[in-house]
Amino acid sequence: MNIRIAAQIAQTHLLAKKRQTLVAMLGVTFGIAMFITMISFMQGVNQFLEDSALDASPHVRIYNEVNTQRPSLIEQLNPGDFNVVYHQKPKDELARLKNGLAIAQRIEKEPGVLGVSPQVATQVFYNNGPIQLSGTISGVDIERENRLYNLASRLKSGSINALRTNPDGLIMGSTLARKLNVRTGDKVTITTPGGGTRILRVVGTFGFGVGTVDNTKSYANLSTVQEILQKDPSYITDIHLKMFDPLRAIPFGKKLRAEYGYYTEDWATANQAILAGEQIRNMLTYVVSITLLVVAGFGIYNIMNMTVVNKIKDIAILKATGFDGKDIVAIFLLQAAFIGLSGGLLGLGIGFGLSYLLSITPFEAGDFLSIRTFPVIFSSTYYVMGLVFGIVTTVLAGYFPSRKAAQVDPVSILRG
Amino acid sequence: MSTVLKAQHVTKYFYDPEKFQVLKDITFEVRKGEFLSIVGKSGCGKSTLLYLLSTMDTDYEGDIEMAGVTLKGRNQDFLSHFRNEHLGFVFQFHFLLPEFTTLQNVMLPGLKLGKYSEKEVEERAMEKLRLIGMTEHARKPASKLSGGQQQRVAIARALINEPTIIMGDEPTGNLDKANTENVFEIFHELADKGQTIIAVTHDPDFAAGTDRIIEMSDGSIISEHKNS
Repeated sequence: MNIRIAAQIAQTHLLAKKRQTLVAMLGVTFGIAMFITMISFMQGVNQFLEDSALDASPHVRIYNEVNTQRPSLIEQLNPGDFNVVYHQKPKDELARLKNGLAIAQRIEKEPGVLGVSPQVATQVFYNNGPIQLSGTISGVDIERENRLYNLASRLKSGSINALRTNPDGLIMGSTLARKLNVRTGDKVTITTPGGGTRILRVVGTFGFGVGTVDNTKSYANLSTVQEILQKDPSYITDIHLKMFDPLRAIPFGKKLRAEYGYYTEDWATANQAILAGEQIRNMLTYVVSITLLVVAGFGIYNIMNMTVVNKIKDIAILKATGFDGKDIVAIFLLQAAFIGLSGGLLGLGIGFGLSYLLSITPFEAGDFLSIRTFPVIFSSTYYVMGLVFGIVTTVLAGYFPSRKAAQVDPVSILRG
Repeated sequence: MSTVLKAQHVTKYFYDPEKFQVLKDITFEVRKGEFLSIVGKSGCGKSTLLYLLSTMDTDYEGDIEMAGVTLKGRNQDFLSHFRNEHLGFVFQFHFLLPEFTTLQNVMLPGLKLGKYSEKEVEERAMEKLRLIGMTEHARKPASKLSGGQQQRVAIARALINEPTIIMGDEPTGNLDKANTENVFEIFHELADKGQTIIAVTHDPDFAAGTDRIIEMSDGSIISEHKNS
């Protein structure tokens, strides 16, 4: 097989039918451009949602689940017998993590941990005049919390330092603040489920771009919340921690559960809906893109088939003058590969252009999402993938007509 | 002179639409430098015989030996290479590649053989075109040539690899009188230079100008005679 002559013949064939070559090329171009645009956009959306979920939630949360179900004493003594107990009250159990601060300190020393924030979380009512809204308040060491969630960059007004200097300070979710009609500097009364009330001053507002957080949550000093709940300074209900690598957080969470005996919840469990949505979008992207490429592949298959039929005399004459089956396959396969490569490269260019246009298109997402344009990821992986897909489809589409060409019986053609 | 082609007991059947014996026990030899014509009525099997000799049709019984090589039972790749090196074809319907120039058409089998560099193949191709008087059309696309011109180019192409045998299937069958004479003239010059040529024809004038005539009827050789 002599690839140079095959290439020369392939080139002559392609140039002889410029329009047909162009149409076949554009089929691939369209498929790949759509593939690039869709995958860049979908992955952008996935990344954005994952980021916002990961930003606003800890990689692992350690907490003590207060279990109201407990066997009665008689049940414990005579298990399996006929015992009847009416109206058993749940045991008064605290949601605290025993030695919470010590646990936090130990976890912080583990390798791969970015930061740990022990905190007290409780449900509260926010009152401002006649307005009453339920929400949560987290008593935190604001330095540590800032390290985990980069709060400083999420602030819409006020400052982190203001909370440190003011023991009665409160940093409030921006949507919640708007609903309460309060601004930085205003006072809010909070009421705990236990009945304690306290007047706190709003020293800042934040927005994560995640509705469930911005709508309900406030940060206060750890000691302040402990005081409102009338607990001692070692009272900790939650430990939030972040790892350098989010994926390592999942096994790490299981390890912590085994080590300390408290419940742990990792980000993947907490954000299952987002991850499921991600998988569905990925599937959708691949299905649509592959469909487009398959359609382009059929287009090429058709055109190559037509070319083989049109060139059947040429094939016969080439075979008669000593070209073997492999040469003929090479001639037609090279044509398909050229169409795939050039159409693919053009498609990558157009795909890049479309994704760029999408990435600068304004997108008003309201309070729930903190973006101004469509999220798009530009990653060379997708471009390599697109080109490989394009070439594989066209070469496959070209292979069958080429094989047919190689099997042409020259005698039947030449005898006329 | 040495024998370049030996056909022994060649028998062939067509199976479609029903079994039919086209060639019946054909045995003959061709010596080097001979200009041989095979004549006979339509359907006598002369073209079928030529395509068996051309190695493109491999479905037959008996033995064909060419240039000292037995061709029975060889694979397609071997036969392709053999055709490239030892055989040149001229068909009834010129069969040039229309998108290529005259020169490229002549060069292609030479490039395929790969015995010489592209530059040398081009020089040789020009030499062959000079032989048939087509040098001024070398850069024209083959589709722009007249029928007679195309047939002459086909002869140049057949010559490019200095083949052992040139085979012609009605090489003048589709040409007018002037062109027929022209093509015949070229064949004759080649034969004079010692080129072995086998041509199938039903043109008695063409046959009369060859060294030897084999006449076929109903799949058998019925007579063989030498022209002086």
